[in-house]
Amino acid sequence: MDERLKSELGKQGVFVTTLEDLYNWGRKNSIWPLGFGLACCAIEMIAASMARWDLARFGAEVFRPSPRQADLMIVAGTVTKKMAPAVVRLYNQMSEPKYVIAMGACAISGGPFKQGYNVLKGIDRYVPVDVHIPGCPPRPEALLHAFMTLQQKIDGQSLTGPSRPRHLQADAPSEFTIPQYGEHDLVPSRNSEVWKVPAMEHKA
Amino acid sequence: MIALEQIKGSIETAVPGARLEIIPNASPSGQRSLLADNQHALAVAKFLSDDPQLRMDFASNVTGVDWLDGEIAEKAKVLKVVDGVEKEVEEIRKTKRPGYLEAVYHLYSMEKKHGPLILRFRTENRSDRTHLVSLTPIWRSAELQEREVYDLCGVVFDGHPDLRRILMWDEFKDHPMRKDYVEPDDFEYEPTAHDEVLKRAEAHDAREAGS
Repeated sequence: MDERLKSELGKQGVFVTTLEDLYNWGRKNSIWPLGFGLACCAIEMIAASMARWDLARFGAEVFRPSPRQADLMIVAGTVTKKMAPAVVRLYNQMSEPKYVIAMGACAISGGPFKQGYNVLKGIDRYVPVDVHIPGCPPRPEALLHAFMTLQQKIDGQSLTGPSRPRHLQADAPSEFTIPQYGEHDLVPSRNSEVWKVPAMEHKA
Repeated sequence: MIALEQIKGSIETAVPGARLEIIPNASPSGQRSLLADNQHALAVAKFLSDDPQLRMDFASNVTGVDWLDGEIAEKAKVLKVVDGVEKEVEEIRKTKRPGYLEAVYHLYSMEKKHGPLILRFRTENRSDRTHLVSLTPIWRSAELQEREVYDLCGVVFDGHPDLRRILMWDEFKDHPMRKDYVEPDDFEYEPTAHDEVLKRAEAHDAREAGS
């Protein structure tokens, strides 16, 4: 819909919208997160949901205890290799549309434990991540910014065409491979459908 | 706290046949420890926890240490004939020391308010004879920590009530705190690689390019 016409009509007291706008407006203002935390970032996530930062302003204060009722997974904290299959399984159990915020240095890259033997080098190796927030831990403001980024992302989605969101594409995957516990590492160590190794050159 | 020599003496009288050794500590803390043999481990631990003078009723910490095969350099004075004159000359003798795994217990007494007493046990080697005696029957607080030592260093504690891996998953085969542990090769994305990590990332890149 033409934005100028919409604004002109608005001046005359006529409110018009599109189904797409209404649908996205409803979706972006009721993102219910899954109530789970993995490490210290979860404390900041809890703080963001309480009175001082008040996540309720974004319609996201309803932390769901079940993945079946949740729209958003906030991966708040260190994902150890032992925990990674459980996190992927939780993501698979969520119903579409679903989103992931990787919160904090550990969840996006492994953080200070990156060169360790037991921490996953970023949850984006197994599930598609919508918003990454760096920080150790990120402040609640950063989490709010991630929410706003996610809302903008949802707002910009069109319901038809090839760029429509995943839950409107019948053949798009909704579940991702759960890694198995191997003898030395998780098998596979990354899901190449979700995560492509960024092209880079090592220089001393 | 009673002097370590005195504790050693009283253990030796209470537990006949126990072989004890005081391990010196060259660090500023100077905290010496007591090395005990495995055959009398339970008896020594029982004595330490029950003796009215000591009453070591709290095992605060159990940890594992991995010692690789190494050389011990000892300075010894030897009489030698130099230029026809007999002289005392310092010689460095090197002896090979096989590697071993070590379990270290830090003991305190809540009743007597003293401690720590550091107790060590050593396995025979690092590969197949890695058994030690579990002290969980004496100090219950050692249970989880002995499991951790088993998980990360590979020390098998005989007599432990529930010896399973605690941090890594059950299917895991390695012991990550061993000094010869080989990490899984997942250095494909290292944005700020440097030093050791850079070498590994480059080795990974070379393998990826080769395959």
